[in-house]
Amino acid sequence: MIEVVDIAPLASVQDLGRAPYLRYGVSYSGVMDRLALLAGNVMLGNADDLAGVEMQAFPCRFRFREATDFAVTGAGCTVTLDDAPVLPWWAGRAEAGQVLTIAAPRRGARAYLAVAGGIDVPVILNSRSTQFRGAFGGHEGRWLQAGDVLPVGTTEGTLAAPGFGAQPPDAALPADFAPDDLQPNTTAVRVLTAGEYELFTEESQQRFWATGWKISGQSNRAGFRLLGQPLDFAKRLEMRSHGIVPGIVQVPPSGEPIIQMSDAHTAGGYPKIATVIEPDLWRLAQAPLGSRLRFVPVAYKDALVAVRQAEAWVASLRRLSGQYRSLCATGRRP
Amino acid sequence: MLVDNQLTQPRVSMLGTTHLLFEAPGDFDLTNQRRIWTLTRVVSAWPGVREAAPCMTNVMLTFDTPPEDPDRIEEQLVAAWNVAEPDQTEGRVVDVPVIYGGEYGPDLHEIAAHAKLPPEEVVRLHTESRMIVFAVGSHPGNVYLGGLDPRIAMPRRKVPRIRAEAGTVSIGGFQGGMGGTVGPSGWNWLGRTTLPVFDPHQDPPALLAPGDIVRFRAERVIL
Repeated sequence: MIEVVDIAPLASVQDLGRAPYLRYGVSYSGVMDRLALLAGNVMLGNADDLAGVEMQAFPCRFRFREATDFAVTGAGCTVTLDDAPVLPWWAGRAEAGQVLTIAAPRRGARAYLAVAGGIDVPVILNSRSTQFRGAFGGHEGRWLQAGDVLPVGTTEGTLAAPGFGAQPPDAALPADFAPDDLQPNTTAVRVLTAGEYELFTEESQQRFWATGWKISGQSNRAGFRLLGQPLDFAKRLEMRSHGIVPGIVQVPPSGEPIIQMSDAHTAGGYPKIATVIEPDLWRLAQAPLGSRLRFVPVAYKDALVAVRQAEAWVASLRRLSGQYRSLCATGRRP
Repeated sequence: MLVDNQLTQPRVSMLGTTHLLFEAPGDFDLTNQRRIWTLTRVVSAWPGVREAAPCMTNVMLTFDTPPEDPDRIEEQLVAAWNVAEPDQTEGRVVDVPVIYGGEYGPDLHEIAAHAKLPPEEVVRLHTESRMIVFAVGSHPGNVYLGGLDPRIAMPRRKVPRIRAEAGTVSIGGFQGGMGGTVGPSGWNWLGRTTLPVFDPHQDPPALLAPGDIVRFRAERVIL
């Protein structure tokens, strides 16, 4: 069990998402930064789909009631176990009674706590993720609060000290596709153009690519609202509602884009100009409010290359993790 | 003025690398929607398809892994659409009591003004519309309804509002709707039902399914 000693708002229990229930209107939910939770689970030898805690505000403090292997991934936070510093993207072991503190990030926006055995809340509709709209899943279908006690699943094997670290994806998967004129404090993400791209004026299409869109303070797990000179429609249509997914960039009549995120509706009717490719969704998840985004067009085949690069990074982490844990199992000090 | 995005040819587009949208050509009507239900059943059985989620004369496919050759899937989809006959399954008839107007339906008067009709007439046209569940989607249990009387069609709002209660009955363009859970909505709110529209502990979790016939009944009208 883990006690939530102290927690900033907007932390929740999430796994890799809920499927296949889109046809009942049930969104994927799940972590915003899929690579970060996946990495935490891989480092701990967990099944990929076990749940962890997503943190979007800081500081957060957890007390381990039993000795527990843990990993903190995602944003580059200052992390301490009691008073000892823990490096970001590190998997280690906490003894019973120790307190883990995760403070505000210097880099990125969302941090993840994974534990060996996973956060063992009930599986509802195939997932442990919190579904806020339906108020189910996760821990009692809601955001975490101080005083909550989270069950941890059983696990075999333990990590010997000192544990091991992973190279974070922003180092392993650099944004070498970013435009040359990328401004500071701006995240570049790759997109495929979407069905209604042609509905926009040519000038607005150009401006969509050239603008550093500011992520509004009204952004959250459901969607990122972007601020910038509104895009103009060459033709206005009342769309028939259709399926939408995280990454879709819609343009409502106001002309300022909205990117759908993990808690997105499963269907919508605003024209969509583009879709952020899945292997770049973690970049969005780590873009702080108030920072800017640049959209970079990509061909489908290049999107597939990006998918494989992310998979290769996970596979290499899986090998490293397997080696470290087999050394621990043989009793040799790694 | 509402302009429906009617297509002359089927349209297939990738949404990222693991989702694909098929949009049927032609009218927004029940015959086309029944063909979508048939197509949904067919494609659900295709290898690699995790789920097919039908919506309004369109269906979204989700894949376990990114398809290597989306063009080939596009060809297969168009071929499957061309031979898809309208689904003939009889839906259940579900009576839905609604309180119209007041805090339950704050947009009743705006809808009436847009339709240039008295609010009582809007309620009458809504309850007398033969509404069929075209799709379940958007948020848990939410239904999209076809068969709305076009005289009370009304564009979605420019800016969505924050909190529609569960059971909110609304109008979005040519479509009717009924919400399953609390949350934001850009549609025009006409009233509210007290029926439980969604329950995650049931399988299936949604009260209504595509093809069900909804009969709205005015339990109360607040003017």
